[in-house]
Amino acid sequence: MYRSNVLVCGGTGCTSSNSLQIAEKLKEEIKKQGLEKEVNVITTGCFGLCALGPIMVVYPEGSFYSMVKIEDIPEIVEEHLLKGRIVTRLLYQETVEEDTIKSLNKTAFYAKQKRVALRNCGVIDPEKIDDYIARDGYAALGKVLTEMTPEEVIQTILDSGLRGRGGAGFPTGLKWKFAAANDADQKYVCCNADEGDPGAFMDRSVLEGDPHSLIEAMAIAGYAIGASQGRVYVRAEYPIAVKRLQIAIDQAREYGLLGEDIFGTGFNFDMELRLGAGAFVCGEETALMTSIEGKRGEPRPRPPFPAVKGLYQKPTILNNVETYANIAQIILKGADWFASMGTEKSKGTKVFALGGKINHTGLVEIPMGTTLREIVFEIGGGIPNGKKFKAAQTGGPSGGCIPVEHLDVPIDYDNLLAIGSMMGSGGLIVMDEDNCMVDVAKFFLEFTVDESCGKCTPCRIGTKRLLEMLEKITKGQGTMEMLDEMEELCEFIKANSLCGLGQTAPNPVLSTLRYFKDEYIAHIRDKKCPAGVCKDLLEYTIDREKCAGCGLCSRKCPTQAISVTDYTAPGKRRPALEIDPKKCIKCGACMATCKFKAIYKA
Amino acid sequence: MKSLAELQAIRDRAKANVALRKENPNAARVLVGMATCGIAAGARPVLNAFTEEIAKRGLQDDIVVTQTGCIGICQYEPVVEVEIPGQEKVTYVKMTPEKVVRIVNDHLVNKNVVTEFTIGAMDN
Repeated sequence: MYRSNVLVCGGTGCTSSNSLQIAEKLKEEIKKQGLEKEVNVITTGCFGLCALGPIMVVYPEGSFYSMVKIEDIPEIVEEHLLKGRIVTRLLYQETVEEDTIKSLNKTAFYAKQKRVALRNCGVIDPEKIDDYIARDGYAALGKVLTEMTPEEVIQTILDSGLRGRGGAGFPTGLKWKFAAANDADQKYVCCNADEGDPGAFMDRSVLEGDPHSLIEAMAIAGYAIGASQGRVYVRAEYPIAVKRLQIAIDQAREYGLLGEDIFGTGFNFDMELRLGAGAFVCGEETALMTSIEGKRGEPRPRPPFPAVKGLYQKPTILNNVETYANIAQIILKGADWFASMGTEKSKGTKVFALGGKINHTGLVEIPMGTTLREIVFEIGGGIPNGKKFKAAQTGGPSGGCIPVEHLDVPIDYDNLLAIGSMMGSGGLIVMDEDNCMVDVAKFFLEFTVDESCGKCTPCRIGTKRLLEMLEKITKGQGTMEMLDEMEELCEFIKANSLCGLGQTAPNPVLSTLRYFKDEYIAHIRDKKCPAGVCKDLLEYTIDREKCAGCGLCSRKCPTQAISVTDYTAPGKRRPALEIDPKKCIKCGACMATCKFKAIYKA
Repeated sequence: MKSLAELQAIRDRAKANVALRKENPNAARVLVGMATCGIAAGARPVLNAFTEEIAKRGLQDDIVVTQTGCIGICQYEPVVEVEIPGQEKVTYVKMTPEKVVRIVNDHLVNKNVVTEFTIGAMDN
C-alpha cells in the first residue's frame, strides 16, 4: 500500500521536454532513500497546462511542480517525499499564496474548466487497465449489456444532445439511430482519430491519456447499432497514442472486455487499429473509410451516407475520439446530467487546444457557452508581452477568425457558424497585433492547396487560384478588383466541392475579408503590411543619427547588404551605416542585433 | 470477463491506489511529523502503519495520511496530529505502530479521542 502517488505527465508535450527521464530519475532517487514501498510513481496523460511542462503532481498533498528539471529531483525526493517539506520554490507559483499553498483546482487555468472527456487525463496511468477500472471504467459497458436494450442506449444518447466533436456537430444519437435501422450481416463502428488541423491536439491527448474510454465507448456503440467490429483510424504521426491504444486493446482482450461473450451476455465485439499516413483529406468520413479499405484516400459523393453504405459497403458509424470520450459518462450519469451543461442546442463540454499568442498554451475543457474572453483572458492567462488581442482562429483550415468585437459571444456550434467560423475539432489559435490577417489566410490556404486530394476541380484548381491571388496581394501586386473576384471564387468553391475539405477551404479567406478588409486594402492600395509580416512590403532602414557605426549589423547580415556611409552623426566617432534595399532579404537579423535601436522596419 | 461481479472485484482492488489522486477537503487528515527528529525517533514505521491500517479498512477516500515537518516538541517524537473536519486538532506523542491501530479504530472510526496517548496526558 502506497502512502503517496507522484504523477508525472507522459503526454507528448511533456515527453518532448524529457518527462520520461524525470520519472526514471524519480524512481532511482526514491529507491536510494528506501521509499520504493511507500511512494508510487505513475506516468499519466496530459494535464493540459503544456506551457508549464514537464509537470509533476504529488498526492495526497496535491503539490503541483511545474517546469521540473532532472537536477531538481534529488531535492524534491529528499525534502518532500522523505521529510514532508514541500519545495515551495519549485511549485507552480500561482498555487503559492504567501505562506499557504492553494489547490490546483482553484487556479485560473483549472477553476473554470469542467472535465468530462478529459476526466482521466492526468489522473490514471493509461497503460494500466486497472487504473481505468478503478475510476468506474467499463461500468457503463456492463450497465448497457446487462440492463439496457440497444434502443434505450440510442435514446439516451439522443436525449443527452451530444453532437459530433469532430467538426460539423451532427447529433451523435441520430447517426447511431440511422445505422441501427439498417439490417446487414455485418456493421462497423469506426473512430476518426486522424486529427489533422494545425494546432489541434485534443484527440491525441485522449488517446494518450485515457485510451480505454475510447474502447469502452466503441463497444457500447457496437451494441447499440448491432456491430461486432470496430476500427480506429489513427495517424502514424502519433506514435505515443498508437502505442498506448494498442496496449489498451490488448489489455481489454485479456480481461475479456473485447472479444466474445462479453460479461456473459453473448455480445461479441473486437477492434483493430489502422494507421493513416497523414493526409488531411482522410479526416473526411468517406475518404477515411476508403483509406481503411486499403485504397487511395479520396472522398466520394454522399448519399449513400455511411449509415447505409460505409466501410466495405456495410452500414457504419464514424465518430470522433472526443465524442466517444463522453459516451461512458452519459450512460453512467444519465442524459439529463449531460444536457444540464452547455447551451440550448450545444450540450456538454468542449475541449480546446490553446495555441499561438497566449500565455497558457495547452488543453482546456469548458462547458459550451463559455465566452472567448473567458477562454483567452482568464483560463488562457491572456496575451504575452502586453500585446493587444487581434483575433482567434477556430476550426483550423475549415474555420475562420473571430475578431475582438465578438469576444463575448458564448461559444457553441451555432454561434460560431453565425459569426463566420466553426467549432471544428477545437483548435484555437490566438493572434495579436503582430499577426497579419492576409498572411494568416494565406497560411491556411497553402495548407488546403497541399492537402487537396485533387479528385474534384473546384477544390483542386479553385483553391490554387485563390492562393495565387493572396500571394499577389502579400507581394504588393494586388488590385481592388481582386477582392471581389476572390469573394466570388470562394462562394463557387464552397458550393461546388465534393467534400468537406473543399467546401470549407475558403472560410479563412472569407472571414478575414469580412472582419479585416482594411488590412487587405492596406496591402493593395498603400503597399503596406500594417503588422509588419509580409516581407515584400517591408523595408529596413538605419537611422543615421542614431547609428554609432559599430558594424555589428553588417557582420550579422547574411547578404552583405549593409555598408559604411560617409556621414558621421554629431557625438558619434564612426560613420553611420546604410542598408542596400536591393540586396536586403528582410531577415531582420540586423534589427535584432542593433544595440542602439537605430534600425526600423516599415 | 464473464460477469459484473468480476469487474467489481477488480475495481475494489484497484481503487485504493487511485483514491490518493484527488483532493478531498472533507477528509480527515493524519499528519505525521517527519523532520529529522521524527525520523530518528521512528516516525517512518508509524507512517506506514497508518497507511496500512487505513487501507485494510478501506478508508482511503475519507482519511488522508500526509507528512509534516518539525513542530518543535522533539522530545515527544514521533508526533502525530489528527484533524477531523469540525473538530479540534488532537496531538498524539511518542507514537508506535502498535498505538496506530487504536487511534484508527477509536478516534478516526468511532470519533473517541484516545486521551492516554495525547500530549495532554504526557504533561500530567
